Amino acid sequence: MIKATLESFTEKHTKLIIEILLLIFIILFSHQKASAEVTFKKATFIPQWSPQGQFAGYYVAYEKGIYKKYGIDLTILKGGPDSPPGEYLEKGKADFATIWLSTAIQKRSEGIKLVNIGQVVQRSAMMLVAKKARGINKPRDINGKKVGLWGEEYQIQPRAFFKKYNLKVKTIPQSFSVNLFLRDGVDVASATWYNEYHTIINSGIDPEELTTFFFYDYDLNFPEDGIYTLEKNFKKDPSLCCAFTRASIEGWLYAFDHPDEALEIVLKYMSSAKIPANKIHQKYMLGKMKDIIIPEDAGIPVGMLLKSDFLRVAEEMRVNGFIKEIPEFESFYGKCLTHAEK
Amino acid sequence: MENVLHMLKNRGIAFKLIVLVILSSALIFLIIFGFNYYSTRTMIEKNMKESSENIALATVNRIETELRSVQKIPENIAYFLEHTDFTRERLLQVLRIVVENNQEIYGATIAFEPYAFNKKLRQFAPYFYKSKGTIKFEYLADNYEYFNWDWYQIPKELNSPEWSEPYFDEGAGNIIMATYSVPFYRNVGGEKQFMGIVTSDVSLEWLREIVSSINVLETGYGFLISKNGTIVTHPAKDLIMNETIFGVAEERGDTKLREIGRRMIKGESGFVPYKSIVHNKPCWMYYAPIPSSNWSLAVIFPLEEFTEDIGHLNRIVIFLGITGILLLSSAVVLNTRSITKQLREMSKAAERIGTGNLETELPPVKSGDEVGKLASAFHYMRTALKEYIEKLTETTAAKERIESELKIASEIQTGILPKKFPPFPDRTEFDIFATIKPAKEVGGDFYDFFFIDNDHLCFVIADVSGKGIPAALFMAVTRTLMKAVAAPGTTPGELLTKVNEELCIGNESNMFVTVFCGIMNIKTGEVSYTNAGHNPPLIMRKDNDVTWLEGGKNIIAGAVELFAYKTENFILQAGDRLFMYTDGVTEAMNELEDQFTSERLKKEIIDLQAKTIQEIVAGITERVVSFTNGAPQSDDITIMIVEFKG
Repeated sequence: MIKATLESFTEKHTKLIIEILLLIFIILFSHQKASAEVTFKKATFIPQWSPQGQFAGYYVAYEKGIYKKYGIDLTILKGGPDSPPGEYLEKGKADFATIWLSTAIQKRSEGIKLVNIGQVVQRSAMMLVAKKARGINKPRDINGKKVGLWGEEYQIQPRAFFKKYNLKVKTIPQSFSVNLFLRDGVDVASATWYNEYHTIINSGIDPEELTTFFFYDYDLNFPEDGIYTLEKNFKKDPSLCCAFTRASIEGWLYAFDHPDEALEIVLKYMSSAKIPANKIHQKYMLGKMKDIIIPEDAGIPVGMLLKSDFLRVAEEMRVNGFIKEIPEFESFYGKCLTHAEK
Repeated sequence: MENVLHMLKNRGIAFKLIVLVILSSALIFLIIFGFNYYSTRTMIEKNMKESSENIALATVNRIETELRSVQKIPENIAYFLEHTDFTRERLLQVLRIVVENNQEIYGATIAFEPYAFNKKLRQFAPYFYKSKGTIKFEYLADNYEYFNWDWYQIPKELNSPEWSEPYFDEGAGNIIMATYSVPFYRNVGGEKQFMGIVTSDVSLEWLREIVSSINVLETGYGFLISKNGTIVTHPAKDLIMNETIFGVAEERGDTKLREIGRRMIKGESGFVPYKSIVHNKPCWMYYAPIPSSNWSLAVIFPLEEFTEDIGHLNRIVIFLGITGILLLSSAVVLNTRSITKQLREMSKAAERIGTGNLETELPPVKSGDEVGKLASAFHYMRTALKEYIEKLTETTAAKERIESELKIASEIQTGILPKKFPPFPDRTEFDIFATIKPAKEVGGDFYDFFFIDNDHLCFVIADVSGKGIPAALFMAVTRTLMKAVAAPGTTPGELLTKVNEELCIGNESNMFVTVFCGIMNIKTGEVSYTNAGHNPPLIMRKDNDVTWLEGGKNIIAGAVELFAYKTENFILQAGDRLFMYTDGVTEAMNELEDQFTSERLKKEIIDLQAKTIQEIVAGITERVVSFTNGAPQSDDITIMIVEFKG
C-alpha cells in the first residue's frame, strides 16, 4: 500500500512531463493545420479528486464532444490527493478546476484570485455518520466521542456544527477510507452522501444501524463543487471561461439523462487511472450527484451561485476564524450564466 | 369414484385386473419413487453440507496457518523494538533481512510516532521493499504524512495488530497484497506509551491460488471476502477488489445475499442456499471465517449438478418403473386373456350344455390351476350329467313301463268291477249304484254285487290296506274269493270267515282288507251283513232318518286266521237306502290337511236325501272334490248305494 502510493507519485510526475512535452509537440506541429480547421481554444481542466462519478459531467462533456462544440480543445488532467486544484490554478498548471466553495473563499481571502464561474453542486453532501450501536442518535450524543475529520478545508462545517451544539470531541485525522470507522477506531466519521456513506452501507452496515447528520439539515449548507479559474484568465477570455462552464453543465445534464452511458465513461476513466472501478458504487454516486446538483427543492438554475449561499459560507468561515474578511461577492463570482444570456 | 366403480363393475376380468394392477403398481411405484427421491436428496444435501464444510474448513486452516506464520515476523520485530535499545543501523539491518529472507514479504517498515525515534525528527519510517528483483530503500516521510493512513492509524487507534483491507499493488506487478501492522510500545515513566507501527506488506497470491483451487464438481467454486465485504478472490474477475458482496447484493436486489454477507463479515459460519454470482444458478454455500484477519471464505456448491445426478437417477428409475408397469400389464393382459379365454369358452360350453347338448366340445384342460380345475370339473360334470341323464332315461323308461303296466292293471281291476247301471234292469225290487274314483296311484278299493240266488243280492265294499300293485292284487284276490265263496245260504259272516281264512294263507306281506259285506233279500228287504273293520255305512230311511249302521265290530280281514265273523241283520223298508263308502270319502283332505269327516258326510247325505241314488253319489263325489279344492287325491273314493224298493 505504501509502495503503491509512492509509485503513483513518481509515475504521475513523469506522466505530467510527458503530457507537457506532448502538448508542445502538438502545438508546434498542428499550427499549420489549425488555420484550415475551426479554431479551438486550448484549455486544461483538473477535477479535485481522482476519476469518479463526482466528475461524470466533465468526462461526459469531453467524451460526447461537448467541449469541442463550444470551441474548446480541452485536456482533462488526472486529479487526486497529490494534485491540489487550487495550486494547479495558481501555478498555471490548469486553466480550470473544481474546488469547494469554502476552499475557494479561503483561497480568495488569502489573496489567490480565484473566480467562481459556475456553482455546480448546490446542496452540501457533507455529513457525519455514526453507529447507533455506539450510542449516537442525536447531535448531543457526539459529545466526548472520537470523531474522524478530513483535512482542514473539510473541517469548517463539522466544527461549526460542534460549536452550534456545544460539543467537545476528540478529533482524529481521517484518511481517505472509512476503515477506521468500520473497525470502530472512531465513533463518528466524516462522509459525503455520494461516496463514503455508500461505502459504509456496502461494507455491510445497514442504513438503520447508522445515525446521519447532514450539514444541510443543520443550516450549514455549504455548496460544494464549483468551477474556478484565475481572475486574470477570466478577464482575458471570459467567453472561453463561460463556454467551459456551459459545456460542463450540458455534460452534466447529458449524464443525468443517460446514466448508463455516463457510468461507462466514468468507469473507463477510473480504469485508465488504475482505480478500483466499483460500478455499483459509481452508479449510486452519479444518482446522488443529480440530487445535489439539481436539488428538487432549490429552484436555482443549474450552475448559479446564490449570494446568500456565498455569504452564509463566508460568514461561518469568518466566525470560525478560517478567514479574516469576507471577499467581495461581485468580484468572486464570474456570473457566467447571466453573461451567457447576454 | 362411484362412477369408476360402476364402470368397472360391468367390465371384464382382464380389464379390471389391468386397471387394478396398473393403478396399484403405479401407486406403489410412486411411493417408492417419492421416498427414494426424498431420501436421496436429503442424503446428498447432507453430504454436500459435510463436504463443503470440510473443504471450507480445510482451506480456512491452510490460509490461517499461512497468515499466522507471516504475522510472526512484524510481531517479532515489535517485540524486539519493545525490549531492546536499538540504533538506526540495527533497525535498517533488521528490516532489510526481513524483506530479503521472506519470500512472501514484499515490503516492511517501522513507522514511528512524531519525535518518538528522535526528538528532532517528526517523521521516521524506514521502508524496505522489493522492486523488480532488487531490494529498495526509502524513508516514507520524504513523501507523505503516514500518520493518517489506515495501516498506521487503525492499529494505533485500536491498540492491536490489524490486517489491512487487501489491495492491488501496481508496483509489484498488480498482485493482491495486504499489510499486517503491529503497534509497539515503550514504558515511559511507568506508562505504556505508543511508539509506532511495524508493518509487513504481504502478497496474497498464494491465497488466491488456494481459493481458486477449490473446485466443486464442474461449476462450484470458492471465494473470499475481506472484513469490509470486498471480494478478494472470485471466478468473476471483474468483481475482484472492485466490488463488495453488498454491492453485488445491491445490484441484484438480493437482500438475502446482503444478509449472508453481514453474517460472513461478523465471523459467523453457516450453510445457506445461494444464487451464484457467476452463473446465476441456485447453489448452496458454506461460509466460514478466517479468524486472524476477519476475512470470510465461502464455498459454493452448485445445486443443479447435484440435482442433475438425482435427476438422472430419477429418470432411470422412472423409465424402469414405467417399463416394469408396462411389462407387468402385458403379463397381466396375456395371463388374464388366457384365463378369461378358457372361462369364456367354458361359459359358452355351459350354455350349450344348458340347451341339452352334452356332446358339445369342452375346452381342454391346459393347466393345474383353478381354471384348469374348473375345466376338469366341467369335464367331470359333463360326464356325470351324461351318465345321470342316461340312467335317468333308463329309470324313467322303467318307471314309465311300470306305470303303464300299473295303469293297465288298474284298468283291468276297475274293469272287472260292475260298471253297467242299472245292472239288473229287470229287477225292480231294488236299485244299486256305485262309483269308484281311483287315486292317481293304483289303490285297493273295490265294490261288487251279485246274486247268490234268485232272491239274495250280495254287495261288497272293501278297502285293501296299502297302495299299488300289491293292494291291487290283494283286492283282486279278495274279490275273487268273495265271489267264489258266496254260495246260496251263506251268511256274510260265514262268507267273510272263509275269505279271511283264505286271505290269511300265505299272507306273508301282512296285507289286510276292510270289508263291508251285505246280503239283501230283495223280496223282504231283510239285510244280513258283516262289517270287517270297514267304515260304518249310513242307513237312509225313507222318512228322512239317517243313521249310522253301528253293528257289531269284526276285525279286518286277512289279519287274524280262524276268526269267526258275526252276521247281523236289519231291515230296509221300501224306499230305504244303504249308503256305503270307503275312507277315501271321509279322509279326503284339502290343502290345509283338514279331513272331510264322517260328520260332514252325514250332513251332506241328509242334504241330498231327496235325490236319486245316482244324484247322491254324484253330489257327494262333487262335494268331496270341491272340499279338497284341487289338493291331490291320495286314496280311492268309492261310494255305493243300495235302495230297497219293495
